[in-house]
Amino acid sequence: MDLIKLKDIIKVYNLGEIELQVLKGITMTICAGEFVALMGASGSGKSTLMNILGCLDRPSGGEYWLHGKEISNLTVNERARIRNKMIGFVFQNFNLLSRTSALENVMMPFTYAHESIPEKKMREQAMVMLERVGLADRANHHPSQLSGGQQQRVAIARALVNNPKLLLADEPTGNLDSKTSVEILEMFRELNEKDGLTVLLVTHDIDVGRAAKRMIHIRDGLIVDGEYSEATLTPVEGKR
Amino acid sequence: MKSVRTVKTALRALRRNLMRAALTTLGIVIGIAAVIAMMEIGNGSSIAIKKTIASMGANTLLVLPGTATSGGVTFGTGSAMTLTPQDADAIADECPAVLATAPIVRVRAQIVYGNRNWVPALIYGTSPDFLVVREWTDLTEGETFTDREIRNSSKVCVVGQTIVRELFEGESPIGKEIRIKNVSFRVIGVLKQKGANMMGMDQDDIVLAPWTTIKYRVSGSSATVSNQSAETTTSSGNYLNQLYPGSSKLYPDVSSSSYGPQPVRFSNIDQILVATRTPEHIPVAMEQITTLLRERHRIRPDEPEDFRLRDMTEITRTLSSTTRVITTLLLVVAMISLVVGGVGIMNIMLVSVTERTREIGLRMAVGAEPADILRQFLTESIVLCFLGGLFGISLGRLVSYLVTVFLNWPTATSVEAIIASVAVSVTVGLAFGYYPAWKASRLDPIEALRYE
Repeated sequence: MDLIKLKDIIKVYNLGEIELQVLKGITMTICAGEFVALMGASGSGKSTLMNILGCLDRPSGGEYWLHGKEISNLTVNERARIRNKMIGFVFQNFNLLSRTSALENVMMPFTYAHESIPEKKMREQAMVMLERVGLADRANHHPSQLSGGQQQRVAIARALVNNPKLLLADEPTGNLDSKTSVEILEMFRELNEKDGLTVLLVTHDIDVGRAAKRMIHIRDGLIVDGEYSEATLTPVEGKR
Repeated sequence: MKSVRTVKTALRALRRNLMRAALTTLGIVIGIAAVIAMMEIGNGSSIAIKKTIASMGANTLLVLPGTATSGGVTFGTGSAMTLTPQDADAIADECPAVLATAPIVRVRAQIVYGNRNWVPALIYGTSPDFLVVREWTDLTEGETFTDREIRNSSKVCVVGQTIVRELFEGESPIGKEIRIKNVSFRVIGVLKQKGANMMGMDQDDIVLAPWTTIKYRVSGSSATVSNQSAETTTSSGNYLNQLYPGSSKLYPDVSSSSYGPQPVRFSNIDQILVATRTPEHIPVAMEQITTLLRERHRIRPDEPEDFRLRDMTEITRTLSSTTRVITTLLLVVAMISLVVGGVGIMNIMLVSVTERTREIGLRMAVGAEPADILRQFLTESIVLCFLGGLFGISLGRLVSYLVTVFLNWPTATSVEAIIASVAVSVTVGLAFGYYPAWKASRLDPIEALRYE
């Protein structure tokens, strides 16, 4: 089943008088359970694409189907809801709340869930996630008391706590040394293989990209390569 | 549930930067503390001022007899002879709003001591309660007369400071004999200086004596009296037996030359001075006295009253306007200090929003709607102001306590001020927290996440 389906996605930025077209028509499909790396140099439009995929931004044109729902024209609040339910984010700089325990950091997304969840259940679920990333014994530590790798694992636990359909990782290893990077990437692979989680890794680092099972390359706002060669639905390039 | 969680989140966020939260709210703390302290001190002074004004007679009422009419000629206020000393006692006993009453018999006469003479503004025949009513019970010298001296219509008197000055040239008059209309009075007390009243009348130009003495020995025996009522009082009898059994003959029989037009009671008095419990009790007291006297005087509902009540409206108005001025002044000061505190809150909340841009971006990324962000920051500033308000109230109360202890200023707890302070500090949090919170909610999550 297709989890993500993009059709002719365009993004144009208005910089005063100049119109800057960053995405020039992206068409691609990602199936549920895939482990994909979105590759591209800086300025290639990969961040813009990731923002659109992460429902943080809306495309200027084209269609975006997520989990069978067209979501390119949702309101701000509807998008917030999609992010809360369907997407987990992992950032390069972890983005944990300082002076807040790991457990509370993991619990944070529940705060914005629309249905009310009892505090006790929130804690239990957050604990389960921390156990899954191997940090159950650090639940009460603050981010400043954790190493970079541990912090990123807390961030992963936070991203997973709402059982999202898609895990979006933006340069998750950018601030980590190579040894820890491998651990984190190993964790992504494990999540993908064991739990069938769809993982989308955004990176410019080819070594990181290789951890994924499929690489999509972007250059100048277009996908240059990475579609399945056996793909039947979409052409290799989204040129128009 | 949701709001509880929001408050918890806010508290957690504030705890993350405890020092700054404390400093931010300092403006509110100081503002509220100042308000509370000033309100309590102001309240205390206002009560003290009220007391002072009340001693000027704001809580007093005057009961006067009604108008006598004869053949179409009215004789003016106080010409009817309908008030009795028993009325005075009944008012004191039966009207709950009344603190004390004093019957007054007035006479205007020359007083003589040695080779000097003087005409006091007031010669009152009254009871010891007069001094209670006028809050004048502290004497400079000597003592006041008692009920026993009233019963015996003893020839004793208490004099005011002006009399001491004019008649005794400043020497102590205690034990000296003065003559009022050829009746000799022994001075047993000297009143404290009270100064002029609101109309500029010298209140110290006064001689007080038992009302029975003035009534039966002074005004009764004289032919010329200033007060019309006195002219006919002679008919009331020569003995106080009915009033006070066993008392002696008052003055030689002058035969009953009473052909006054009014039916005359046993003994009438010129006025009854009434003190209510507080100035605010005046309207209630007036009602109670009216009901009581109508009953006692057997006045049918359709008949007009044979007495009049007079209150000190002017003084009462002064009193309420004084307190209003104080309250308004304090309110203005309070408002200014709270606005200053609020600006401080806004300032720091704006800094906080900028500083926590990434956090806001993150919260939005995990599904916070703009309204959630708005609510969170608004709650934070309200919680901050509320806690600041609570702390300020305790601080203010402490200050007012210290002021009472060390400076000996009167203070009084003001519940209204405390409630108002809490309400105002929450409002300040809401008003000055709104702009930063709104700004936070309008952030673009992408920009916010990238913010360094």
